[in-house]
Amino acid sequence: MQPIIEIRGLEKTYASGFQALKGVDLDIRRGEILALLGPNGAGKTTLISIVCGIVRPTSGSVTVDGHDILRDWRAARSLIGLVPQELTTEAFESVWATVSFSRGLFGKPPDPAVIERILKDLSLWDKKDTKVMALSGGMKRRVLIAKALSHEPRILFLDEPTAGVDVELRRGMWEMIGRLRDSGVTIILTTHYIEEAEEMADSIGVISGGRIILVEEKAALMEKLGKRLLTLQLQNPLDAIPAELAGYPLTLSEGGRELVYQFDTQQERTGIAGLLRKLGDHGITYTNLRTNESSLEEIFVSLVRERA
Amino acid sequence: MNLHAIKAIYKFELARTWRTLFQSIAGPVISTSLYFIVFGAAIGSRFAAVEGVSYGAFLVPGLVMMSVLTESVSNASFGIYMPRYSGTIYELLSAPVSAFETVIGYVGAAATKSVILGTLILLTARLFVDFSIAHPVWMVAFLMLTSVTFSLLGFILGIWADGWEKLQIVPMLIVTPLAFLGGSFYSISMLSPFWQKVTLFNPVVYLVSGFRWSFYGAADVPVALSLGMVALMMAVCLAVVWWIFRTGYKLKN
Repeated sequence: MQPIIEIRGLEKTYASGFQALKGVDLDIRRGEILALLGPNGAGKTTLISIVCGIVRPTSGSVTVDGHDILRDWRAARSLIGLVPQELTTEAFESVWATVSFSRGLFGKPPDPAVIERILKDLSLWDKKDTKVMALSGGMKRRVLIAKALSHEPRILFLDEPTAGVDVELRRGMWEMIGRLRDSGVTIILTTHYIEEAEEMADSIGVISGGRIILVEEKAALMEKLGKRLLTLQLQNPLDAIPAELAGYPLTLSEGGRELVYQFDTQQERTGIAGLLRKLGDHGITYTNLRTNESSLEEIFVSLVRERA
Repeated sequence: MNLHAIKAIYKFELARTWRTLFQSIAGPVISTSLYFIVFGAAIGSRFAAVEGVSYGAFLVPGLVMMSVLTESVSNASFGIYMPRYSGTIYELLSAPVSAFETVIGYVGAAATKSVILGTLILLTARLFVDFSIAHPVWMVAFLMLTSVTFSLLGFILGIWADGWEKLQIVPMLIVTPLAFLGGSFYSISMLSPFWQKVTLFNPVVYLVSGFRWSFYGAADVPVALSLGMVALMMAVCLAVVWWIFRTGYKLKN
């Protein structure tokens, strides 16, 4: 089946000379949830902004359901809903007015029943006559989602939808995104949170330095990202890993002064306790130990290096 | 043509007017009424009639024009500057809405408000001074053309401005002085020949003159010239708006 979004050789250089995108190729499959992960400044928002028509591409092409975003912009944009990263809302309008406005802007005739359903789905119905400025941050975020959904788009872009949203609300948002996906909407979200991608995405794309580093099915990538390291500083350097410890995925570094154990946080048992017991049994003493809780951004950096 | 979008923008902008009824309508009506009381009823009775019209009545078209000019600029500039300032412009830029439709929505709403305001000021003026309208159709035409032209100017200003200060500077330093010196309070025939020539560089003169002609049949400059100047100003504004959307000036990176 033809991808719903096809991006080819997309480049963007801003007037300041900053090159935000350096030739992005990306296919997004119909009906999937794609999580776009990447450090700050990687080009996530620029990529989304180009597809949605807010930023002009320097070169390359984007088609949305077969419609070129520049030549056939009206058809392309009609299919897309965008939830921006910043909480940019009108202040003085009511929730109802601002969501109805969005529907009209995207060329749909007024339909109070649709707006009512969207507001109820997002638990905003009892706030429909409240001015947007009087709402909490989490509610404003939901107003932005309601605005993006008001014209019943086939594709939804969520730029860091759960930034600054409390845990409970984040759960609710994930559920809502799941329901949207079940109704056939293709969803592209950017995030910093690995658990968010883990919870929802079908595919994960990693973007860094203006390039797509990889796009993979979630299961394959999680295995890669799920690895953690335990580093033990040894009192006495070792020449080789003792035969008794051969069953563990161990490596020596720093000239034998450090013993590195790779484990999988996805597993229920990490094996750390067993390893430390065995070390004690064999008289291998250590002065310090640390686990490498590398942040997602560090993992990105290592991925970038790996591919470079 | 995305008619639903035009309607949505237009309704949304007019809703802002109703929400801020006091500031946007009642305010200008009251302040213009004060001019009528002071210059028309109180002092005006001591002034000689201008071109056969009592000074109070002579003031009416000029004062209406002055309010319409300044309110068109400030309302239209605020209408488009506000979403730029708050960031909600992202929605307009990502919507299937053309530049033309955007302008019709925003400028149409601002001009509508100005026409309503002008009409209310005329009705209020009738309470203080006696006046007649010789060419009502032309009066309405001048009112509407001026409202649209200066709303376009306001729209451009709202896109050009980078801050609240810039947004105030043009109305304060350019539009208001031009409106005051544009013959709202006097006939330019009262000026010395030198200043008469200088005044002709002020585009507001042509608007006020044409508008006053539609009331009393007397004008400082030929009516055709007045109409021509309004058309020219509108054409210039439209060209600038077209250029803004073509280049994405201050709207798109």
